[in-house]
Amino acid sequence: MMSPPGPMAPGPLTPPLGSPPPMAAVPPVTGMSSPPMGMSGPFPGPPPMGGGAFQPPPAQMQGQVFPQQPGPYAGPMSGPQPGFPGGAAQMAGPPQKKLDPDSIPSTTQVIEDDQAKRGGQLYSTNMRGQVPPLVTTSFTAQDQGNARPCFMRCTTYTFPCSAELAKQSQVPLATIIKPLANVPSNEAPLYTVSHGESGPIRCNRCKAYMCPYMTFMEGGRRYQCAFCNCINDVPVSYFQHLDHMGRRMDVYERPELSLGSYEFSATLDYCKNNKPPNPPAYIFMIDVSFANIKSGLVTLVCQELKTLLDNLPREEGAESSVVKVGFVTYNKILHFYNVKSALAQPQMLLVSDVSEMFVPLLDGFLVNFNESRAVIHNLLDQIPDMFAETNESETVFAPVVQAGLEALKAAECSGKLFLFHSSMPTAEAPGKLKNRDDKKLVNTDKEKTLFQPTRGVYEQLVKECVTQGVCVDLFLFPSQYLDIATMGHIPTHTGGSIYKYSNFQVGADGEIFLSDLRKDVQKPIGFDAIMRVRTSTGFRATEFHGAVYMSNTTDVEMAAIDCDKAVTVEFKHDDTLSEETGALMQCALLYTTVGGQRRLRVHNLSLNCSTQLTDIYKSAETDALINFFAKSAYRAILSQPLKTVRDILVNQTAHMLACYRKNCASPSAASQLILPDAMKVFPVYMNSLMKTLPLVGSTELSTDDRNHHRLTLLSMGVEDTQVLLYPRLIPVHCMTVESEGVPSALRCSEERLTDGGVFLLENGRSLFVWVGQSCSPELLQSLFNTPSLAHLPTDMSSLPELDNAHSKKLRSIISSICEQRPNSMKLQVVRQKDRSEVAFRQLLVEDKGLCGGGASYMDFLCYVHREIRTLLT
Amino acid sequence: MDQQQQQQQQQQQQASMTYQEFIQQNEDRDGVRFSWNLWPSSRLEATRLVVPVSCLFTPLKERPDLPPLQYEPVLCSRANCRAVLNPLCQVDFRAKIWACNFCFQRNPFPPSYAGISEVNQPAELMPQFSTIEYIVQRGAPSPLIFLYVVDTCLEEEDLQALRESLQMSLSLLPPNALVGLITFGRMVQVHELSCEGIAKSYVFRGTKELTPKQIQEMLGLMKPAASGQQGRPLAPPDMAATCRFLQPVHKVDMNLTDLLGELQRDPWPVPQGKRPLRSTGVALSIAVGLLEGTFPNTGARVMLFTGGPPTQGPGMVVGDELKTPIRSWHDIQKDNARHLKKATKYYEALSNRAAENGHSIDIYACALDQTGLLEMKCCSNLTGGHIVMGDSFNTSLFKQTFQRVFTKDYNSEFRMAFGGTLEVKTSRELKVSGAIGPCVSLNAKGPSVSETEMGVGGTTQWKVCSLTPATTMGIYFEVVNQHNAPIPQGGRGAVQFITQYQHSTMQRRIRVTTVARNWADAQSQIQHIEASFDQEASAVLMARLGVFRAETEEGPDVLRWLDRQLIRLCQKFGQYNKDDPNSFRLSQSLSLYPQFMFHLRRSPFLQVFNNSPDESSYYRHHFMRQDLTQSLIMIQPILYSYSFYGPPEPVLLDSSSILPDRILLMDTFFQLVIYHGETIAQWRKAGYQDMAEYENFKQLLQAPLDDAQEILQSRFPMPRYIDTEHGGSQARFLLSKVNPSQTHNNLYAWGQESGAPILTDDVSLQVFMDHLKKLAVSSSA
Repeated sequence: MMSPPGPMAPGPLTPPLGSPPPMAAVPPVTGMSSPPMGMSGPFPGPPPMGGGAFQPPPAQMQGQVFPQQPGPYAGPMSGPQPGFPGGAAQMAGPPQKKLDPDSIPSTTQVIEDDQAKRGGQLYSTNMRGQVPPLVTTSFTAQDQGNARPCFMRCTTYTFPCSAELAKQSQVPLATIIKPLANVPSNEAPLYTVSHGESGPIRCNRCKAYMCPYMTFMEGGRRYQCAFCNCINDVPVSYFQHLDHMGRRMDVYERPELSLGSYEFSATLDYCKNNKPPNPPAYIFMIDVSFANIKSGLVTLVCQELKTLLDNLPREEGAESSVVKVGFVTYNKILHFYNVKSALAQPQMLLVSDVSEMFVPLLDGFLVNFNESRAVIHNLLDQIPDMFAETNESETVFAPVVQAGLEALKAAECSGKLFLFHSSMPTAEAPGKLKNRDDKKLVNTDKEKTLFQPTRGVYEQLVKECVTQGVCVDLFLFPSQYLDIATMGHIPTHTGGSIYKYSNFQVGADGEIFLSDLRKDVQKPIGFDAIMRVRTSTGFRATEFHGAVYMSNTTDVEMAAIDCDKAVTVEFKHDDTLSEETGALMQCALLYTTVGGQRRLRVHNLSLNCSTQLTDIYKSAETDALINFFAKSAYRAILSQPLKTVRDILVNQTAHMLACYRKNCASPSAASQLILPDAMKVFPVYMNSLMKTLPLVGSTELSTDDRNHHRLTLLSMGVEDTQVLLYPRLIPVHCMTVESEGVPSALRCSEERLTDGGVFLLENGRSLFVWVGQSCSPELLQSLFNTPSLAHLPTDMSSLPELDNAHSKKLRSIISSICEQRPNSMKLQVVRQKDRSEVAFRQLLVEDKGLCGGGASYMDFLCYVHREIRTLLT
Repeated sequence: MDQQQQQQQQQQQQASMTYQEFIQQNEDRDGVRFSWNLWPSSRLEATRLVVPVSCLFTPLKERPDLPPLQYEPVLCSRANCRAVLNPLCQVDFRAKIWACNFCFQRNPFPPSYAGISEVNQPAELMPQFSTIEYIVQRGAPSPLIFLYVVDTCLEEEDLQALRESLQMSLSLLPPNALVGLITFGRMVQVHELSCEGIAKSYVFRGTKELTPKQIQEMLGLMKPAASGQQGRPLAPPDMAATCRFLQPVHKVDMNLTDLLGELQRDPWPVPQGKRPLRSTGVALSIAVGLLEGTFPNTGARVMLFTGGPPTQGPGMVVGDELKTPIRSWHDIQKDNARHLKKATKYYEALSNRAAENGHSIDIYACALDQTGLLEMKCCSNLTGGHIVMGDSFNTSLFKQTFQRVFTKDYNSEFRMAFGGTLEVKTSRELKVSGAIGPCVSLNAKGPSVSETEMGVGGTTQWKVCSLTPATTMGIYFEVVNQHNAPIPQGGRGAVQFITQYQHSTMQRRIRVTTVARNWADAQSQIQHIEASFDQEASAVLMARLGVFRAETEEGPDVLRWLDRQLIRLCQKFGQYNKDDPNSFRLSQSLSLYPQFMFHLRRSPFLQVFNNSPDESSYYRHHFMRQDLTQSLIMIQPILYSYSFYGPPEPVLLDSSSILPDRILLMDTFFQLVIYHGETIAQWRKAGYQDMAEYENFKQLLQAPLDDAQEILQSRFPMPRYIDTEHGGSQARFLLSKVNPSQTHNNLYAWGQESGAPILTDDVSLQVFMDHLKKLAVSSSA
């Protein structure tokens, strides 16, 4: 079990507000001079021969100036900086034997502490700048004027008052917004407000929507906008007297005056061409080339669709879904289907002119599933048979998307395309791709080309899709490289998702795929969305990361946005902020619901401002910070060599911590590493980020996997990046059948594994059950129904359903985990010392990286510490 | 019997017959009508005769009495001759040698003829078999192909009628024929017919011009370059690929009936003020491309059913904006027809491709407005296809005409033949100037190709992709014999027509017609030559030349040319004193000719006034292919009169024939007009026909109806049937045709009981003749 946190040096700062925990943890990562920890040699030790990990930077590195670019990478590079000469791989120095791993800050401990302190409580959003519980903590939020953390989370809840201060601290100012996030069932859903025919009331100047921050004056006849300070007249129909406090009498009757999040029903002014939108349509586009037929995928999809289509998303309270459906199959050419309810048999329309795609039919292509049920069932039964004998192995891709787009254009609606695709599109058609997976580029300055999409048709398609509100979801079933960098460009810019099932087999991967498909189809989603983030004066939103499309610098366009997609917004000062008024932000999302209604969702959040660096560090949030760093690093690799990106990450980590040490911590021995309490575990996440597939330069990694990882992360929210970068390791053998609880998670390190144990490891993308060599036969029997380890099948994709408490418990743990995650995870059973253990071990993020390297947490921390010391002197 | 004797006997026979009888006999036997039945023996003399030596030839004239031979024709062995053995050849029965009557090459008979003798002659040597047909057993018989190309931008009622007609036609097709279906509107759909369960069709954009290769690729008709990647053996490419789109009727008629039954109107919305988007151009190019790729050089019919003009893509005739009307003659003359040239060029290219492969294109255009026949006419004109024009598919005119495409002859065989080639061989003194008819040149050069081109010239062979027993070609010759090289007395010039075609029973057949005419010295025998003049054939042949010119030249120029020819002919053969019009006389053999020319000048073939460009194209199309009798009706409609005073009688096509107590029946080929005179109309209105005591009136009313019915039953295309009366608006059809001998201008006729005045400024036949006489006798002309 986890030992209690190691002895901590007393916090160097007096706690400023009452008695929260010490502001700084001083872990015993100290040098020789710090006897309590007893490190064997001076830290950093002499450079290990050959490894060169901690070698002082060579002279020529001193003056290196990195290209200026927006984002966090500009700051620290402006002056001569010590480089981080070795790649991540080289950081793997000899283990610091005597350093107790338990003594360095533990993520699991932090999570547990927060859960213990704030878990299960009611969190009211009535205070400006209050820091919410961690994402891992379960709590109930109550909207009292600020958006709940599930919608918006900030890297820090206290903004520095000036740009100088911000620059000094290097703490990025960003908010991760998940505008359509699912609201937990025990919290209140959003209210919908209608302001009548004239539409929502907005500030005349900055167009901010009516919100709790507006100040009413002159007896309620006017109000001052909190964002631009403009004084507006209150429309007569909206007039209300003020009470003795100067608040409107109806404050609590109107969600837009008392809540942080609410919706307006939009008027025709907010609709395309001033026409109410049509309900969206879903088009299922199945690649019926040889590979997909052979793998049994086509049969599987067709079978599933028959029942799945009963669960199309519908408007809250509506009896049935109004989403229309259409079907296309394709290989080198496209087959459209007429499934009009009046037909006895579906009709197939083949389009072989893929060079200029068009929709061959209007009437009967997009239909209501309920009305055309018989014809659709007939079609879905026939599709697998029709192509059973196919030997066509070539496919097209861009024309398929184009076809879907044209169909929705013709039907004048937004919607979603579901593509089930198997191979690189090599057939003669627009968007034809060539294999450009050149492993020789890895670790060179040209490595970025592996991440860059092929331009041309794909960019044009993205633009058209966004304009029409067409979201593209890719389900990929590749057996080899298919250039996800390019193909994934479309889903990631249209609010879609990419799912990848390499070497798909119905038996092993079928269930995972189907559960992904079900989730994806049923997901709450909004279409044809446009988001705008408004801020109070003094700062503004500058960068947007996510599955979005930007045609100008302020409007975030999204063909669609679902409940799992988040946008990370970075802010910059353009003036000083006042401590008194704080920093306000309002995120407004205009979108079309699945029922075809035009809505405006508004989230408001107010933050504190301070001239004290201490305040900034105190209200920082590590999980949000790491989300921001991950996204900006993943964006940076498109334009910069990986090494530069990694250097910047390390440097900024060191810089932020050095700034804290210099300005906030009380003086202490230089050898002491002092971390701000809120960022105690920041280094472990940073280190983990640098060990993720895209940032590790290794020829052993699949380029597609790296791109898939990269593109998926770009739209992740804070919850997803947290668990991705610090997986949960649960000792299954410790679970107590009697209690409800799940055993406490362990630190992700090999050292925590025991030969006799069974461990569950999960990061939101993969799910492992690791079985130790000397695991007890009873446990094996009760969990896997095998007498011994040797009999344990390793190709198990799900646990056997056994009627015993242990099995039930483990399965319920797994299913509850899967429920939390936006996508399904394939269960992999790994035996200790098996070859397949590599994938499992890669997720033990506190250890040295296996594939292509990466430092252990300990080494990284030491290195950062040394960097801090260099910065401080 | 000696050959010489035979010929003498024939000549004697000729001498004992009148030319009338001779002409009739020749037409009945050989389907040939020559302008001159005695030929002027020199080039100079021939040109002075004004009307060229030419003939109307009906290659597949129905000959119930002619059993086809089950063997191949014997050909002259000279490489550039290859004429077929015929009754005019000199035969040496002892040496078993025959001399070609065209090149005089002496040829041995093939071994199979070893048994011939003077008493045992093969049919092709017998004089009565100057026309004979061979069945050739070469190659595998290829099935007939019918490819329906159907416009779906129709009103529901029209589409329903068309659906029914098409479904009905399936039962009329030869059961082993291959049938295919292409539908079009905004898109073009090629339907697969072989599929079970799901109905499949390939869809093409209606706006994109595709090369034949692209079309074949997109339909999956290309033979894959490499064998299947997964190593599965491929079915024989031709069958596998074509089967999907062209299937034997007997196999798919159920399928196709269903498919046609489910045929929907083009689903794309047509905004207010717009025409539906109709991709006729692309649809036709796909039809042509499909056949080209699958069945080149096989008889096939593309049948286009359209209810409006092509409005988009290549071959578009008018834009979709309703406010821009489709081009009129006025626009064309003002050079205001924006799409005309481009569209015409497009369809011409298509037609030439189709013709090259022996495929013909029919156009069934039914709409109240124009449908673009002017631009598309070449599709049918060059490939021998039909054009049928109607107001709606829901009319008996269309329905019956369409049925009649599939009529059968006395042998219960279809009256259609495919992939024909017509070759003309001539004796040395004669060369071929050209042909006018539903054909394209095969560019067969040779010694008998004349340098003077008339019609489609520069060749001795033409392709006629589709033939009916009525298809008639005009063939023009040039006499090349020099004046100083006289032909011996009694010499004869010969012409051989060799028509190879695919019979509807899928057999390949060759029909050979060999005819000869005597040469005559124009100076000494001018009366004989004059007597041999076939004024009916000549009128039609000259009319064809005129109409052919009218396609490319300005209308007035053509009329002037025709007038000049007529005047010259009258000068040559008329008897008159110089400058005395009253003395002018024409002999009996020429007496009707000026009248034909008068009516021709007024005909819709040369006058575009009151006709749309589509109508002109339609009329000309039929004029260029019908046989002599029908052509004459077109030039000069027939008028019958019915009265109580006697049996029905043909009367002059003159306003004087329009009398109150008569019923008139006019047949213009395209229209059948029944006109009730003023009194008759009043009686009819009063209902006398329903009274028992006026049974005779009832019979009188019925008589023209019965006669009209007879014509309606047999004619292709079915004429427009008009029942009208004195003062009726439809009476204009009659009034515009009759010779306006009484008009508002010659007032003296008013009030007389001798006919009806016509309100026109057109000249009457009388005025025309007066001018003609004046000009003919003028010494200055």
